[in-house]
Amino acid sequence: MTRFIIPLGIFLVLIAFLAIGLNRDPREVPSPLINKPAPAFSLPQLKDPSKTFSAEDMRGKVWLLNVWASWCISCRDEHPFLFEYAKTGAVPIYGLNYRDKRDDALAWLSELGDPYVLSVSDTDARVGINYGVYGAPESYLIDRNGVIRFKQIGPITPDVWEKTIVPLAKELNK
Amino acid sequence: MKYVLVQLLLVFAFAVTVPAQQAKPLSDDPELDKRLMNLAKELRCLVCQNETLADSQADLAQDLRAQIREQMKAGKTDKEIITYLTDRYGQFVLYRPPVEPSTYLLWFGPFIFLLAGLFVLFRYVKQRRQLIPESSLTVEQRRRVDEILKEREKPA
Repeated sequence: MTRFIIPLGIFLVLIAFLAIGLNRDPREVPSPLINKPAPAFSLPQLKDPSKTFSAEDMRGKVWLLNVWASWCISCRDEHPFLFEYAKTGAVPIYGLNYRDKRDDALAWLSELGDPYVLSVSDTDARVGINYGVYGAPESYLIDRNGVIRFKQIGPITPDVWEKTIVPLAKELNK
Repeated sequence: MKYVLVQLLLVFAFAVTVPAQQAKPLSDDPELDKRLMNLAKELRCLVCQNETLADSQADLAQDLRAQIREQMKAGKTDKEIITYLTDRYGQFVLYRPPVEPSTYLLWFGPFIFLLAGLFVLFRYVKQRRQLIPESSLTVEQRRRVDEILKEREKPA
């Protein structure tokens, strides 16, 4: 009997490791930017390129920077939810139009609506790289001091919004 | 014959269009390109995670190669560029993870398994040796052996 216990034990440990491994998303790479200052940028606004918007403008406010692009399929899934999130007023949502053509981006917004306070054009992906973007959509919750407090890789699901972003934004706004 | 013609036509059709798809000449500085590619081989493309930054054709990889090239031109060392990337994308971009507490298991795990395997093997062999008794012949058996041998030696 005992001769079966050891292999069985090893087998169970292996199963446990594989089960954990299978349930983790290998695409989610922990960002080293959490609790670090959000990289500074100053970019032309999508709708009015003569005006710029910079991260510095948001000092003193808690805000959400949502990275999106017209070529990004998951962004299309996320988009309708952004309207609902914006409606709650929990945190203002700004868009970083990442590696996109301006015309495509504008067409996208006029087709699907614009949930953002405003969007900025990161045409050459420079700012995206500074933020460690590797798969849109990504979202950064930034506090009053300009520090990134949370990063969502992939669409913000209602679950993440209610259980993580809203409570965290509330706390940061205190 | 017709088939061959069609094939030839196809070959020519592609011969005309393919060069437009080929990699653009990287730059006028082959020395820099070599350095770029050597460094990019050590880095992981985050979009297609099992490809290096050198191999990947993903948009992000192209952007990052452009960034690296720019920084090399600006005189940054490889080390500085790697720091630049790990600051943004984390240790995960490195194909050769650094030896630090969070990667001890990764680096030394295989050796632990090897030692464990050797230990089990050693014990098993030792146990087996005990299982096979070194039995000597009994007096009766020895007498029989002698008898048989003597019988054989007898000339026929």
